[in-house]
Amino acid sequence: MIAEQIAEILRGRFGDRIVESNFKGAHPHVVVDAGAWHDMAVFLKSDDRLQFDMLRCISTVDMLEDNQFVVVYDLHSTRGVEHAPENWSARHEFCVKIKLPRDNAHLPTVADVWNAADWHEREAFDLMGVVFDGHPDSVDGPDGPHPRRILCADDWVGYPLRKDYEFPMEYHGIPAVTEYGQTRPVH
Amino acid sequence: LNFFFPKSGNEPRGFRDGVEVFPERESDEMSWIDNRFEEGLIVTSLDWAINWGRASSIWPMTFGLACCAIEMMAVGASRFDIDRFGAGAFRATPRQADLMIVAGTVNFKMASRVKRLYNQMPEPRYVIAMGACTVGGGPYYKHGYNVVKGVDLVVPVDIYVPGCPPRPESLLEGLMRLQDKIKNQSVARDAWRTTKERALAGVA
Repeated sequence: MIAEQIAEILRGRFGDRIVESNFKGAHPHVVVDAGAWHDMAVFLKSDDRLQFDMLRCISTVDMLEDNQFVVVYDLHSTRGVEHAPENWSARHEFCVKIKLPRDNAHLPTVADVWNAADWHEREAFDLMGVVFDGHPDSVDGPDGPHPRRILCADDWVGYPLRKDYEFPMEYHGIPAVTEYGQTRPVH
Repeated sequence: LNFFFPKSGNEPRGFRDGVEVFPERESDEMSWIDNRFEEGLIVTSLDWAINWGRASSIWPMTFGLACCAIEMMAVGASRFDIDRFGAGAFRATPRQADLMIVAGTVNFKMASRVKRLYNQMPEPRYVIAMGACTVGGGPYYKHGYNVVKGVDLVVPVDIYVPGCPPRPESLLEGLMRLQDKIKNQSVARDAWRTTKERALAGVA
């Protein structure tokens, strides 16, 4: 099944919750409404025609000029692939993008649909600050629960891959400035 | 009795008055025999024997952080064979190790662990900063938001081995320079102080 057909199935079920679509480039995708995303994820996995049983990747893009984040879900269906010419052969694959406001990026978790989303969402929160509501590995923060950090230390300040991230000048007494003279040790 | 036991009493190493302390300087630490005798003929002969023993059995800690650790493993294997220098016994616990080869990028999350491992090592203890990252941040110097710009900001370093990663021969060279350093040590009182520090401390 090609991306147009998959999008048509989605459109028949969700209608105008699919905001826009682009099948021209190297990465055909649809852009969907954040509120419909969890239902759509369940549908994508459980529908007999689609059967997207594998979440390949979650990427997050910082569109600073547009003041929004784009969360990219790459899906992959392995069901019904027999005698595949090589491993990882896909029956079909698809991409869903979700655009979020940059200052308050909240998205429902899909870790209950695809287990792979657990760590991917933790990473997306750690490096980009997208909060996934209802994540199974959540901790309490100042603005409510958010996924636990996965790469940076638990007390890390800020989200390093944001385009407007400011580097820490000091971390637990260790100077972190990149100026040579200030970085040299004093002992 | 004080002669045989460390001054800190029953307190675990790395703790002072119940608080974990991180030594900032090499001179803050010593083993049980150091800094107890005046310089003299006997001490000089003792130095030779002690230093020979210490320099000939530098046991490193099994501790690798990144790609430099691969080179460190090569040094430990038969082709380069760090055991020729008596430093082949990689210990799986810091409490049995004399040498910490910090092989790889140290980031802020790891820095406290490096500190703790260093504190758990018995004195005399030595640190080799292996590779560009541990020497001064390396390729992450400018844009590495979470990389410590040199492990000497965390623990005192004896030998710097540059390279990205260093050739195994470089690490062996660093080990030999560390042996040179150990062979110049003395257990005599205040021998480790510089002239300026002696003057400040009121020692001749």
